[in-house]
Amino acid sequence: MSRDRGSRRLPVIITFIVGLMLTVMPLPESVEAFRPDWLALVVIFWAMQLPRTWSVGSAWMIGIVLDVSYGTLLGQHALALCVVAFATVRFHLLMRVFPLSQLSATIFALLALYQFILFWVNGVAGVSAPTITYWAPVITGTLIWPFLFMFLSGVRYRSRSGR
Amino acid sequence: MVASRGNNSNPARIPALGLRVLALMIISIVLMYLDHRQNHLDGIRQGIGAAVYPVQIVVDAPVRLWKWLGESTTSRNQLELELGRLQAERLLTNARLQRLTALEAENARLRALLDARTTVRDEIRVAEIMAVDANPYEHNLVIDIGSREGVYDGQAIVDADGVVGQVIRTGIMTAQAVLISDADHALPVEVNRNGLRTIAVGTGEIDRLDLPFLPNNADIRTGDLLVTSGLGGAFPSGYPVAIVDSVTRIPQEPFADVTATPAAALGQVREVMLIWSAPPVTEESVE
Repeated sequence: MSRDRGSRRLPVIITFIVGLMLTVMPLPESVEAFRPDWLALVVIFWAMQLPRTWSVGSAWMIGIVLDVSYGTLLGQHALALCVVAFATVRFHLLMRVFPLSQLSATIFALLALYQFILFWVNGVAGVSAPTITYWAPVITGTLIWPFLFMFLSGVRYRSRSGR
Repeated sequence: MVASRGNNSNPARIPALGLRVLALMIISIVLMYLDHRQNHLDGIRQGIGAAVYPVQIVVDAPVRLWKWLGESTTSRNQLELELGRLQAERLLTNARLQRLTALEAENARLRALLDARTTVRDEIRVAEIMAVDANPYEHNLVIDIGSREGVYDGQAIVDADGVVGQVIRTGIMTAQAVLISDADHALPVEVNRNGLRTIAVGTGEIDRLDLPFLPNNADIRTGDLLVTSGLGGAFPSGYPVAIVDSVTRIPQEPFADVTATPAAALGQVREVMLIWSAPPVTEESVE
């Protein structure tokens, strides 16, 4: 049983690791500000598809890892990600039947919530205010969502049949 | 209210989700508070940082491979050219170094005459920058040595041309450093020509520093070299920081508008040097 669960979890963990790689990968300065929040998107996907296994707890742990690799306040990304995961799990049944347009709007709202929590914590902690491009990942994230969704769905069904 | 509506027979219901998220939020806030107030959490940070290290290695790998490929496929001709250039450069530097030894000795003698403390030579070690982008809202870089090699928070980092930045977070095998061009970074400097002291503040642009605290009548010109003054304790004194490239004096403003270009190639460095400045020898420690 536990072995079976482990083999089902492994593909998901790999997607998280790849997400982390994309997050820390160096980009040219001109496009750096538009880097989507890969990990937030991956967390939303798995919280939507497998909410029993991947919900707030795992989102929180990924947030802590993100905090360490970014060097932000310990708990900042953890807080944002676990709130986003919570919202996703609460509405996961609804989100599964949404058409793409509505789903994109929901993703936009979730990413905006994510960035807003980070922004808010920065404000409370007195970290210098970022520019308008701070909100760019929300838009790029929404635009990239359909592709990521297809890709991760592929991962999901492949890993399921391989079980 | 909403959480209590669902009944247990609903298969889509996740047990105690609201409670869990509440607990995690409280833990996050406590963690942030502790992290913001004091540095008790450095151990946790280092532990998780070590776990993230393999990811950084993997991300860095393609860049390293590319560099290695480039190195191993350069033609013999090019290598010979490079070798010739380096040898010439070495001769020049050596010639300069000879004078430096003499000057250092002279300096020590003069200082002894003045009864001042002798400056001790700083220890230097080369570190390589990892191709890892740690935080998009900060000008920073990750280097491939950490506390295992004795790196500490606040340590100065220079390259061949000047000051690059300082270490802000030390992991076990890596360390994160903030560049002098970061908008939150300020560095005590002095004008090499006349010893005028001021502060160079990062602007968030990689090729520009601001000197916001110079009065209109300050003796500063375009082309002046700014060096670290050693005040503030983080940086050893005398390392080049930037060259003044514009001085605008507006009569009704209290301060002149002075900008400078960093001496180090902040955007291009691949190898940097870490400085262990020797602690000043005090009377007590001599006895």
